[in-house]
Amino acid sequence: MREVAVLGIGQTKIDEQWEKSLRELAGEAVLAAMLDAGITRADALYVGNMMSGSANHQQHLGTYIADWVGIKNAEALHIEDACSSGAAAFRSAVMAVASGAVDVAIAAGVEKMTDSPGSEITAELATAADQDWEASQGLSFVALNALIMRRYMYEYKWERDHFAGFSINAHANGAHNPFARFQEPISEAQYRKAPMIAEPINLLDASPMGDGAAAAVLVPAEMLRRGNGRKVIRVVGSAAATDTIAIHHRKDPLWLSAAEKSARQAYSQAQIEPKDIDLFEAHDAFTIMAALSLEACGFAERGQGPRLAMEGEIRPNGRIPIATRGGLKARGHPVGATGMYQIVEVVQQLRGEAGATQVEGARYGMAQNIGGSGSNIITHILMCE
Amino acid sequence: MENPRHWRIRKQRYALVGEVCPHCEAKIFPPRDVCPNCGGEAKTQFNFSGKGTVFSFTVMNDAPAGYEKNLPYAVALVKLEEGPIVTAQLTDLGDQPVQIGMPVEMVTRRIRDDGDEKGIIVYGYKFRPAMSSAQ
Ligand SMILES: [Zn+2]
Repeated sequence: MREVAVLGIGQTKIDEQWEKSLRELAGEAVLAAMLDAGITRADALYVGNMMSGSANHQQHLGTYIADWVGIKNAEALHIEDACSSGAAAFRSAVMAVASGAVDVAIAAGVEKMTDSPGSEITAELATAADQDWEASQGLSFVALNALIMRRYMYEYKWERDHFAGFSINAHANGAHNPFARFQEPISEAQYRKAPMIAEPINLLDASPMGDGAAAAVLVPAEMLRRGNGRKVIRVVGSAAATDTIAIHHRKDPLWLSAAEKSARQAYSQAQIEPKDIDLFEAHDAFTIMAALSLEACGFAERGQGPRLAMEGEIRPNGRIPIATRGGLKARGHPVGATGMYQIVEVVQQLRGEAGATQVEGARYGMAQNIGGSGSNIITHILMCE
Repeated sequence: MENPRHWRIRKQRYALVGEVCPHCEAKIFPPRDVCPNCGGEAKTQFNFSGKGTVFSFTVMNDAPAGYEKNLPYAVALVKLEEGPIVTAQLTDLGDQPVQIGMPVEMVTRRIRDDGDEKGIIVYGYKFRPAMSSAQ
């Protein structure tokens, strides 16, 4: 297997982008990544997206986006893996370059959510769950996470307020990210007063949806070592694992076993331990998911994730910084694009381009993208040589 | 287009028909023919009692398309007496606050109404506070 490096990155602001179509968003991110990489052609394009078939009545996104950005005759695929579609596209590109089959690969993630009305988007998001035995009972995706959070609070004796630190940290960091959906800090009082969506999850526990796209260009690392004066950002860990699609089938619904397995594999590939990770772009779609991710990846004891937020250890200067550019909570969660935003943000950190929320001396960055309610989890570790 | 999909699982929706594993005796719901506990083949029918307790719950204030008429409604993970957990709505709660551990029992109720457009009305299991415990 060849060593793989990230040569270029691109992203759009996450927002209600009424003026921009699905392909315009994807095109903006892909072209920005190609410009950043200094390339005009590519061998392959992998597009991560969850719901363009229902939300935009457009499938076949590999061809659709390759055509739009003008990479003529390139191999192109549309990859769907619910909310982890973005990381799945990135992993496909990594494997293609590592195998030697492809020299220049582009991974992109895009989601255009505002073309569909709210209640339909809620139903479409729930298609990531088990349709016959979860979603068809009338549950939304938020409700599934609320079931996990309620039980977690009951078993480990946490109060709602103990989760505030996750949201406060994300918004504080998002305030410095021009691509973030929300760029204002929030206070603990605001968190306490936020309206309830599905108890115990309130509006400030949940990530906002939005339209957005992010992309990266991948090449063999040896190509960069020939010297262009740039830092070489290498993919040193890439692993994916699954769990049951329905929460009710898990032996322990409060443990992200797919996060544990994929993180362990990625650590082993990178030949490092959790303590070597300088920053972690976790999948904080809900504050409870941030807590569970920290536990499963070895940063906190079982049931003790909220403690890291309460003690400020997740801030950019803490022991394990998360959501350093706002996370899903403040940057936004355009579902199929999220995994690629995480990669782009890790690259920014490793390049030293993260501005006010830069993690000093960051060398190893981890990104973890969760599909469904913990059902399909993809972990990447990037390193600055 | 959705009719066959609901019709196919009517035994589960109306009567909680599942399976029991002949190898390890695990009770399985919904049926899946391969035991999630031991991996052996499990095709023996088993009828669940419909009794269980609330493992976790929440209240929907915003519903997915097709469920708006029921708002607001409580949903739960219900741990059945025989072992498995099912995801379902709670019903007939009255003023009773829901709590983790509360005994519940299965009833058949209307789950979803697509209105005049498609005309499908889906019935299935929900859980109400157990009568015996309420007495
Ligand atoms: Zn068995």
